[in-house]
Amino acid sequence: MADAKVIPFDDDRSRGGAAQRPPRRRGGAGSRPPGVQPAAVGEVQPLPGVAPAREGTPGTRGEEPPRQPPQGPPPRPADDGTGGLERRVASGLAFLRRRLTGDYEVDDFGYDEELTDQVLMSLLRPVYEKYFRVEVKGVENIPAEGGALIVANHSGTLPLDGLMMQVAVHDHHPAGRHLRLLAADLVFVLPVVNELARKLGHTLACAEDAERLLGQGELVGVMPEGFKGIGKPFSERYKLQRFGRGGFVSTALRRGVPIVPCSIVGAEEIYPMIGNAKTLARLLGFPYFPLTPTFPWLGPLGAVPLPTKWTIQFGEAIPTDGYPPEAAEDPMLMFNLTDQVREQIQHTLYKLLVQRRSVFF
Amino acid sequence: MLVTGVARQLGGRFVRRIQRDPEVDRVVAVDAVPPEHHLGGADFVQADIRQPTIARVLAESGADTVVHLDVTGTPLGSGGRATLKETNVIGTMQLLGACQKSPNVKRLVVKSSTNVYGSAPRDPAVFTETTPPKSLPSGGFAKDTVEVEGYVRGFARRRPDVAVCVLRFANILGPAADSPLAAYFSLPVLPTVFGYDPRLQFVHEDDVIEVLRIGSHEPRRGTLNSGTFNIAGDGVLLLSQCSRRLGRPTVPLLLPAVTWAGSLVRTLGMTDFSPEQIRLLTHGRVVATDQMRETLGFTPRYTTAETFGDFVRSRGPGLLPPEALARAVDRIAALPLPGSGHPPAQSAD
Repeated sequence: MADAKVIPFDDDRSRGGAAQRPPRRRGGAGSRPPGVQPAAVGEVQPLPGVAPAREGTPGTRGEEPPRQPPQGPPPRPADDGTGGLERRVASGLAFLRRRLTGDYEVDDFGYDEELTDQVLMSLLRPVYEKYFRVEVKGVENIPAEGGALIVANHSGTLPLDGLMMQVAVHDHHPAGRHLRLLAADLVFVLPVVNELARKLGHTLACAEDAERLLGQGELVGVMPEGFKGIGKPFSERYKLQRFGRGGFVSTALRRGVPIVPCSIVGAEEIYPMIGNAKTLARLLGFPYFPLTPTFPWLGPLGAVPLPTKWTIQFGEAIPTDGYPPEAAEDPMLMFNLTDQVREQIQHTLYKLLVQRRSVFF
Repeated sequence: MLVTGVARQLGGRFVRRIQRDPEVDRVVAVDAVPPEHHLGGADFVQADIRQPTIARVLAESGADTVVHLDVTGTPLGSGGRATLKETNVIGTMQLLGACQKSPNVKRLVVKSSTNVYGSAPRDPAVFTETTPPKSLPSGGFAKDTVEVEGYVRGFARRRPDVAVCVLRFANILGPAADSPLAAYFSLPVLPTVFGYDPRLQFVHEDDVIEVLRIGSHEPRRGTLNSGTFNIAGDGVLLLSQCSRRLGRPTVPLLLPAVTWAGSLVRTLGMTDFSPEQIRLLTHGRVVATDQMRETLGFTPRYTTAETFGDFVRSRGPGLLPPEALARAVDRIAALPLPGSGHPPAQSAD
């Protein structure tokens, strides 16, 4: 359930990466190879020396000198490049204008779709693509429309797995769906983190919010292991912890939405937690304070996660609409379903672990 | 019909409006101080609802509907927080006592506030009428409303024949609003809490008057106007959006500094900026309005954003008017491309 979005550890890398990655899949004309955008070519003067446009979020980083040429489309003739550049600059300015004048919409949960798509996702994507090299399987198991509850294992000391799962769904699902994660209350207590979490569309892991989101037909992601999963010692890696009290099952039953089990391999090894400074954790009000081979001994450098290779596998959906309405109140059924989901995730985890060649490749 | 709290803008507007309704024969307007605005053809009775005289006023008027608007967060004229609390809580008790004794009263409408939910990071993102607050408001106006609602519930139990309608209004804004939040938005520079961007909801004054009318008349066919209802405009604005639309820059301060500054300002008596107000501006609050739509049968005319837009127009431009910023961006867009390094945007948050 816990997930905080912590971007600090590789800020500059993600920026560098953002400069070179092609714009997001659904980003429109910007990413098309030159032949597709013949418009605006005529009136634009060729500017040979002009810097190639940075893609993604021109509005926020437009002033920086570009560091790398875009690598997606091959180097193109200057006039074509400027056509794309002009369009990107224009859309960047329009974005900037909307942001500066406050002319954008957020939903009841504080989810800022525009900011997520244009800025936050482009910050996370380099981590996802270049650092953890996430491989996604079974994304077609997520329904193209209507509510669904994605249940995943939780690990890694810091809830990066939730964020990566969000990018995975966002970038790979054919219907371009957005994942709304349920996060621990600690996330909403911390300054800055809570603000970013709300804007990324996360909300508090409670039955009310989950039901409301599912009722709106949203895709909701939950990690029922919570702090028990994310803060477990390295020796217990890939051993699923108790799935809370199964509240996620009754929520799904009440809304009649399918449960999609999701197994994430690779997140366990990013911060091998060999110890837990409990006194310090209590002092700071955190559920645990991790001690890894590098943290806190190397200071901030020790907080850089290990570049493991990840696999995210979405399993076959478990339908819940066949049960009568009172099923949500049936504890036996709830436990059975919880176990079924848990077993399925655990099995997939073992299968993926057997297939894995190495932790890092 | 008997209306309390008419010396305020909202009460005055409601009294003037309600007299135009054919169902209303006579309006008795009550407040402790004479209003500065006119009340149309209503009979003004100067009575303090904290005193038992209100029972006599009610009995003499023979009113069948009581609209209790004297539950407010800002003191009128002089009188500090203590008087206000007395009016809110003791006044409500006296008024309810009077209503209980009066056989004529058939309908009671009470103005409450979504403040009753408090604001805490551990609350669900959207409050419904039945959500129990995780942390009860510890003081100030929010605590008053919690207590007022408690007394109203007790009254509803003792007089099941009276239709009781409790309207929990989100932050009321409009050209004439005099709430603490309106005062806050009138500051030239808005102090905010660093690292938090609260979600806010507003309801327009016009909608407030409308929904009070619905509550105080017989329910229309297919609707029910007794019970507790959240009243808020559609949609949500973040505080950062509000400040940009207002054109007033924000100064993010650390939470302890804000709390400290708030208590300092209170001690100096400059403004009644209460802790619960600071909590609202830290964690925000959003309520569900399904009950208002489906049961009460009311659809607000203004969304949250439109309400705020109306408020902005009434306040005049701030230091950084959005139009000027938009023009600046447009000018940059009109520049020839080679030099088009546009300014850094702090807009990413």
